[in-house]
Amino acid sequence: MAIRIDVSGPRHARVREILSAAPHFGISGIRACRIARVFFISEDLTAVEIERLCAALLVDPVTETFTWTALPREPPPNGPHAFAVEVAFRPGVTDVTARELVKGMAELGLPPCDVVTAHRYELDGNLTEADVRLLARRLLCNDTVEHYSLGAITPQFGMQSAASDRVEIVALRKQDDDALLALSRDRLLSLDLAEMHCIRDYYRSAGRDPSDVELETLAQTWSEHCVHKTFRARIDFTWRAHTGAVIQRAEINGLLRQYIRAATEEISPSWLHSAFVDDAGIIAFDDAHDLAFKVETHNHPSALEPFGGANTGIGGVVRDVIGVSARPIAATDVLCFGPQDYPYEQLPEGLLHPRRIAAGVVAGVGDYGNKLGLPTVNGAVLYDEGYLGNPLVFCGCAGILPIGSHRTEPQIDDLVVVLGGRTGRDGLHGATFSSAELTHQTAEMAGSAVQIGDPITEKGLIELIEAARDAGLYHAITDCGAGGLSSAVGEMGRELGVDVELQHVLLKYPGLVPWEIWLSEAQERMVIAVPPDALERLSELARLWEVELSVLGRFTGDGRLCVRYANRVVADLPMSFLHDGLPQRRLRAEYVDPAPSSTATPHLRDAAALLLRMLAHPNVASKESIVRRYDHEVRGGSIVRPFTGPQRDGPSDAAVLKPLGTWEHNRGFALSAGINPAIGRVDPYAMAISAIDEAMRNAVAVGADPDRIAILDNFCWGNPTLPDRLGALVRACQGCYEGALAYRTPFISGKDSLFNEYNGQPIPGTLLISAIGIVPDIHSCVTSNFKAAGNRIYLLGETKRELGGSLLHELLEIAGGDAPSLPDNPLNRYRLLHQAIQQGLVQACHDLSEGGLGVALAEMCIGGRLGASVVIAAAEGMTPLETLFAESNGRLLLEVAPADTPALESLFASETLIALGEVTGDSRLRTWAGQEPVLDLPVDDLVAAWQRDLLA
Amino acid sequence: MKPSILILHASGINRDQEAARACELAGGRPEIVHINRLRAGERAFDQYDMLLLAGGFSYGDALGAGTRLALDLNTYFQDQLQEFVECGKLVLGICNGFQTLVKSGILPGRLAQDTEHGANYAGTRRVTLTENDLGSFECRWVNLLPNRSAVAGYLAKLDDLITCPVAHGEGNFQVKDKATLAALESEGCIAFRYVRADGSPADGERPHNPNGSAADIAGICNPAGNVLGLMPHPEDHIVPVQGVDAPAGRLGLRLFEAMISSLG
Repeated sequence: MAIRIDVSGPRHARVREILSAAPHFGISGIRACRIARVFFISEDLTAVEIERLCAALLVDPVTETFTWTALPREPPPNGPHAFAVEVAFRPGVTDVTARELVKGMAELGLPPCDVVTAHRYELDGNLTEADVRLLARRLLCNDTVEHYSLGAITPQFGMQSAASDRVEIVALRKQDDDALLALSRDRLLSLDLAEMHCIRDYYRSAGRDPSDVELETLAQTWSEHCVHKTFRARIDFTWRAHTGAVIQRAEINGLLRQYIRAATEEISPSWLHSAFVDDAGIIAFDDAHDLAFKVETHNHPSALEPFGGANTGIGGVVRDVIGVSARPIAATDVLCFGPQDYPYEQLPEGLLHPRRIAAGVVAGVGDYGNKLGLPTVNGAVLYDEGYLGNPLVFCGCAGILPIGSHRTEPQIDDLVVVLGGRTGRDGLHGATFSSAELTHQTAEMAGSAVQIGDPITEKGLIELIEAARDAGLYHAITDCGAGGLSSAVGEMGRELGVDVELQHVLLKYPGLVPWEIWLSEAQERMVIAVPPDALERLSELARLWEVELSVLGRFTGDGRLCVRYANRVVADLPMSFLHDGLPQRRLRAEYVDPAPSSTATPHLRDAAALLLRMLAHPNVASKESIVRRYDHEVRGGSIVRPFTGPQRDGPSDAAVLKPLGTWEHNRGFALSAGINPAIGRVDPYAMAISAIDEAMRNAVAVGADPDRIAILDNFCWGNPTLPDRLGALVRACQGCYEGALAYRTPFISGKDSLFNEYNGQPIPGTLLISAIGIVPDIHSCVTSNFKAAGNRIYLLGETKRELGGSLLHELLEIAGGDAPSLPDNPLNRYRLLHQAIQQGLVQACHDLSEGGLGVALAEMCIGGRLGASVVIAAAEGMTPLETLFAESNGRLLLEVAPADTPALESLFASETLIALGEVTGDSRLRTWAGQEPVLDLPVDDLVAAWQRDLLA
Repeated sequence: MKPSILILHASGINRDQEAARACELAGGRPEIVHINRLRAGERAFDQYDMLLLAGGFSYGDALGAGTRLALDLNTYFQDQLQEFVECGKLVLGICNGFQTLVKSGILPGRLAQDTEHGANYAGTRRVTLTENDLGSFECRWVNLLPNRSAVAGYLAKLDDLITCPVAHGEGNFQVKDKATLAALESEGCIAFRYVRADGSPADGERPHNPNGSAADIAGICNPAGNVLGLMPHPEDHIVPVQGVDAPAGRLGLRLFEAMISSLG
């Protein structure tokens, strides 16, 4: 016998969401919807026990009612015209509600039992069964992690399977090339022929065939995700003019080495404490603390299960920061989606609609970050048809650690200890899956690669690791990410060798075969190397923080990876082959400059209408409906937050944070981002330069010291084995190198996500540059909103006819043109600006990006609810309209009190600083070109255009 | 001797550290204590002058905000807590702490209870904090008007608005019936209301009243006045640099000062 409890409440918001979303998913006949939470309990309870359970844990007596029934009796009957859809997680998917209910029932003294949770949707309206099924598939249920039924769903309690020790020996030595490739494909190994040969040759010389554990270990250790084969490959690169003439021919020995790391090594500032060797980059903060920063992507999972994909994306990057012994203190997110109004009927088969992806991703980011108590303070949201099949989800995390507290060297006889969540079949093949292209069949094949996160378990890990670090209880630490234990343990034991017993891994449910335990990417796990005499103290702390711990084995000193199951050896490989045996890939890359095209801007009278269209453009408009779902205040350290001004709704250039525990001094740090794939379509080199400039100028605009800024690169690209995709990637990397040197800003960490193609269509090559910079005094920070009528407005930096990839070109449907270039000596300009901010000469500062001067002016008016009166001197060879909307780099708007203008002008004597006009109290934005009015708009209209609600 | 303050930590609580800093700045001696250490007897409630339940997502709020932590309080500490409250010591619940106090029946105390079932029987609660009318978590700054004539005497020291953030998904204060609301008002149990920046009533209008709370209620106290709960986060505005866009002087710190100085 089992019990079913239905809890009904109004749930107005979710009902509203379903009713308003249904038409977007192609269903119009739905009139009303009622929602109930459903709990299935595997044991028979008495009526009194059920009442007690409901009162204590399940039902809010002010807003909800409940009914219960003993199964298998009929569920509540459907009304005459009503359809009911019931949705539950698939067995094995993390269900935190069920787990907490089981614990709560134990606390109430109720018998031990299994719990399954579900939701029931009762729909009214002019609907057919086909409509209801469509609605279930498109809106109510995600097949990847859930299943549904029309009418009552049948709960699937527990996972009914026995423990298994099955290990397969894969006959590899005799296989020919076709068979090797088929093997790689069928087992989702994502290895190419040269790599399969290398493995076959190793086993031929070893005189045996590999076990499945070994083969899977090699595949994930050698996966694109884990070793970045493309960024280490030897590349034959050719760059041609549009005429075909060769501009550059080069052999590149690794993009990472030759461009990204090379820049860092050339700059190599004293405050850089760790770049590229750890899970996150580390820079100095104050006399006692360092800061860590890392940005990751979670694109493929988010395409299939947006909530879980984004959820675990945040979870993963937070563990990277825990993995350098830092306490996570802030999160960032940059999201790229398909157009929210994309017609449903044109959506290719197998794709979730961009609206559903966006809603799920935003909820997933918020859920995890909020529950961890991390302020999500900086980010961006971009919409482009190129992201229809491959949304991009960049998740960042910053952390703080005492200087010198991160230990990285395990010792012989240290114990291999796993902390955190249990291991299940979830996330198998995540590393190799993320190294493959998506097709319309991917969801089916790779469903197990997607998971739902459990932030509260991760929160426990944060607390436990901080306590263990401060007590000196471990010698090395790493997170369990892609590749699971095989990656974490294999990497940590690289120098010494390890011997581990898989039977000691705590499992969510029995039935996993050894390679599944070893490869599982179950979330919320960390691996640490613990000296044997520290284990007892660690175990005590783990009990206090309610974190599970298991000891898998020890570091041996024999340089081998030895994996056992029930004491039987199931993998035995020399670390040297595992980590250094991978042959370097050889790839061919070609980049051809686009042919020049006519880019004359049509003569337009109505600049005002154009500006309003820009403000309402999804990539420019306010992201408030998204950003407010993230806690950007927790930890009490937000000094400059996402929105600013008297109404707290103007856009900030960057975030400034003050870490808890450092309030005895005035230093803080800034987080900012630069991203512009539209420029990349015109010139990927210029995209890299522009992204670096944007991240730098955003950080400097709020008060960061330009000589203390470090950056991170995240490339999301198409299939790099195709020469044109790779050619553009090479150009972007060359831009990264030149850009980093021009601004003297080192790369400290980075990540690439390649193969972002859907049925052969690549995403627009996208580079995100994230910056972290030191703010010497949080009291001198500057925000973007205009502060007072009568203050003067200055434009810093030169405006050039750089309209390639601009918003103006997009709206006027003009292709090509010159992309924004590297400004002349930009670091000097930013140093002077920093001085001006430090001296208190700047009342407001805002960078010019999409939509150029026009949009930046409008945003400063919106934030301050003040007007501006501005005269534009048309730049050389440009119309006033082009001057208003050009997107040249290195430019910012400054608001300056009249008394400070002489000091400001003399400070910038060597720079292009143009006095444009002044802030006005009449709430209108007016611009002239000479005597000629260009536009005149009430600030209220600017606000209305900019605040069109994207998620509404 | 500075008053000692127990800041309760449980799985998922995340605003404990900034709450401790607020207590320190306000002249208190805070100690963050994990609930498991109280259960193990390493610490006891009666060692402290004040109890603070901080914000966060206790146990992930998987069964509704504060529900499982409320069960913990009622299962393991009912007698100790009852004694703590009855002897007049101060209790402050912020956000998840407020939700926990409401779900456990400690707030608003006897006003919430159906005498038939006895104290703290959650099934008869007459007030609740339910999901925001917007339906999702929301973070924004709000203005709070302290009720200076509330039964909680220390509120009389607050002579200006408090401006500070809310950050929650289930902060919509609702009552079972009009009589419950009337009783809260007549007994002086309304502690804070959401208002506009000029101090005029929010009248239920977003975003001034951020979550749809009945009668713009942001915080309540028990009829004795020594237990206070509120959804917004005064602990996140304790120095002016945290609130560059807030009018000067509206620091949340003043609530901590008012409470802690009344212990002296």
